[in-house]
Amino acid sequence: MTSGGIKPGSIKRAVAASALFALTMFGGVASANPQPGQLNMTRGASTWSPEAYFLNNVALGVCVVIGILVFGAMFIAMFRFRKSRGAVAEKWSHNTTLEIVWTTIPVIILIVLAYLATGGLRTFADTTGSQMTVKVTGYQWKWRYDYVEYQGKAIDKVGFMSKLDRESDETRQLNSGLDPHNVKVGDENTYLLNVDKPLVVPVGTKIRFVITAGDVIHSWWVPALGWKMDAIPGIVNAAWTNITEPGTYRGQCAELCGQDHGFMPIVVQALPKAEFEKWLAEQEAAATPPPAQPAAPAPASTAAAPKTAAVDAPVSQGHQG
Amino acid sequence: MAHAATHDHHHDDHHGAPKNFFVRWCMSTNHKDIGTLYLVFSLLMFFIGGSFAMVIRAELFKPGMQLVQPYFFNEMTTMHALVMIFGAVMPAFVGLGNWMIPLMIGAPDMALPRMNNLSFWILPFAFSLLLSTLFLPGGGPAGGWTMYPPLSLQGDSVAYLVFAVHLMGISSIMGAINIIATILNMRAPGMDLLKMPVFVWSWLITAFLLIAVMPVLAGAVTMLLTDKYFGTSFFNAAGGGDPVLFQHIFWFFGHPEVYIMILPAFGLVSEIIPTFARKPIFGYKAMVFAIASIAFLSFIVWAHHMFAVGLPLGGEIFFMYATMLIAVPTGVKVFNWVSTMWGGSMTFETPMLFAIAFVILFTIGGFSGLMLALAPADFQYHDTYFVVAHFHYVLVTGAIFAIIAGTYYWLPKWTGRMYSETWGKIHFWNSVIWVNVLFFPQHFLGLAGMPRRIPDYNVAFANFNMISSIGGFLFGASQLIFLGVIIHAVWFSKKKAPDRVWEGAKGLEWTLPSPAPYHTFDVPPVIHDDELAHGHVED
Repeated sequence: MTSGGIKPGSIKRAVAASALFALTMFGGVASANPQPGQLNMTRGASTWSPEAYFLNNVALGVCVVIGILVFGAMFIAMFRFRKSRGAVAEKWSHNTTLEIVWTTIPVIILIVLAYLATGGLRTFADTTGSQMTVKVTGYQWKWRYDYVEYQGKAIDKVGFMSKLDRESDETRQLNSGLDPHNVKVGDENTYLLNVDKPLVVPVGTKIRFVITAGDVIHSWWVPALGWKMDAIPGIVNAAWTNITEPGTYRGQCAELCGQDHGFMPIVVQALPKAEFEKWLAEQEAAATPPPAQPAAPAPASTAAAPKTAAVDAPVSQGHQG
Repeated sequence: MAHAATHDHHHDDHHGAPKNFFVRWCMSTNHKDIGTLYLVFSLLMFFIGGSFAMVIRAELFKPGMQLVQPYFFNEMTTMHALVMIFGAVMPAFVGLGNWMIPLMIGAPDMALPRMNNLSFWILPFAFSLLLSTLFLPGGGPAGGWTMYPPLSLQGDSVAYLVFAVHLMGISSIMGAINIIATILNMRAPGMDLLKMPVFVWSWLITAFLLIAVMPVLAGAVTMLLTDKYFGTSFFNAAGGGDPVLFQHIFWFFGHPEVYIMILPAFGLVSEIIPTFARKPIFGYKAMVFAIASIAFLSFIVWAHHMFAVGLPLGGEIFFMYATMLIAVPTGVKVFNWVSTMWGGSMTFETPMLFAIAFVILFTIGGFSGLMLALAPADFQYHDTYFVVAHFHYVLVTGAIFAIIAGTYYWLPKWTGRMYSETWGKIHFWNSVIWVNVLFFPQHFLGLAGMPRRIPDYNVAFANFNMISSIGGFLFGASQLIFLGVIIHAVWFSKKKAPDRVWEGAKGLEWTLPSPAPYHTFDVPPVIHDDELAHGHVED
């Protein structure tokens, strides 16, 4: 459990907004979703996401310091050594000590950065000990989520397509005449960042994602989780997250995948464990046809998608394109 | 330095340029004319590629789709990159190399003049083929310049794209062979390798990179072609292939490729800064060695473009460390440029202004490059506008600023007339301000979570996108000033350029008259070390 960042909440949000510029600069934005005027990476809402955030801040700090030194020296040179101020050019063109120093110091800085980054990589690569598995499949231009396993128990028949919500989809048509600013959920503008059916997951649970694609390469990215992972046809990639705070986290496909690449968002809804378990039980119940009914009621075309739950009809599967 | 003039008494074919337009330009074997052709071609492509960028920035001006369909937007991003990389930046450097390398090493022409003609004249056909796709029913390539399958194979213009890339590759390889042959065989007596200008060194190393990686690209796109039309499955998982294989092959070409576009820029800036600082370049050998190190490292870092494809931990670690190492020689170059300025006697003519802007803004691009090298942070940065900001800082304010600096630096030598310094400075200040308005906010957009290559976005990204678009339009418009300055300098300027155009300029090219005669160094010049830009290498 990391937390320690600023928690969601309107009062704290107001405090954060009025805080120092430096605070804003370093991601004092409360929400994990993009904010107008946001200047830095989100700290995220998972146990791992602060790794990327921390590394980003350290590297940015290092670059700013080196930048001030180098550009400072340049500007001093430009003012001191002007011909118009009577500067006479010197003849030297070599200084071994200086060259050794400015080769060595960057090496030391790089070793420190490499050490920090290696730690982050190792923890990210460790997908063992997960308590839940979700299979993510990218399609042109929607996502499919299949719940594989929760707390060691296999889950059958809970899976659904997740695609751009209708309001965004209507607004985003060329010359639709609709204002993207009006696409809202509550106070939050969700234009192009909302879906018909979000991925629902529990907090405080190490969730393993197995990620693949059915047609072209996509990339599954929710900034609040701290990473993106390419969804590649024929390859199954693994990644994990452990979300620390309940909330709705939004992301987008991050690999060019055709004309509607910009229109296949990802929404992860993180619920407290008890609520999630209740939700999962409902989904399982809905997916299992009541025993009394005869034959298959066939809520949607099923041949291609045996795992499809009876939810917002995933029109066609059309995979292996 | 009278030895510089043209003494053509023992070559009766050496007169002025042919009078016939077709004979002069289409059948040319003269390095200066071919250099001019390359430069004019690249300027044309710069404006065509720039107009695609204007479409992109116009669509992204505010949220919602206002101007183009998403598929056309993807065609624009793809074509913008292809035209700018293969049509504008690379031919510009080849043009500068063609014009200046023989003059800088005291050679009468390029080593292989007929091949020189061929390597240029392939290009207009390559780009006609590529650009024509925009007018064909299937549309242009829209899968990104990286051409990742399976997406790129969904397009109807795969064959056009592949053949255009083949032609560009053949042109580049021939140009590279020519440059290597010229530099290694045609230096004037006394022009030792370690007395060559840094620009010549940078081109020698770049040419080796080109020969090494262009065939790799050709192989990759040929496999795309056979996957699309001949039933192979190199990159088709359903047929036992691997889509990630393409990315490995592509970036094995692609990473050296980005250094192909920046190493000659390093060379240009290393000529210009000493001239206007009136002080020899600091650490000449270190500069050459740094270029060579960067070139070597470029071959072992390709998978840093692929941190998110699911590489094994060991792969991520190796490519991260190797990538971070590039910061060391790059840092050495930046420190050396600053040290060259330190203790100098500087003036700030337009070439120097662009060179200084290059050092600062390229370094900013280098900083974001270092941040991107850190794989865990790259899991967030990858494929966002942070990357877009990064590579535009190194390519626009890096490569293109260096090309513009080089153009102003040698334009008087080419035309014999001075360009307008006032308008040059107006061009500079407009460019440097608007390019930052254009690209700096894109860092914020990427950090806030805006993916690249999207035609529309959430309103949270609206303010910085609008700023960026305004910067884009004005930066684009500023380049019309550049066009005006060049046209004025070529045809209308009244001010005659002296032979040694810049007070602090050293090197063989300044011993020649301005404009440089049609044939130069028919008799090899006598090399005086103090006449060379970096003649005293005591270290």
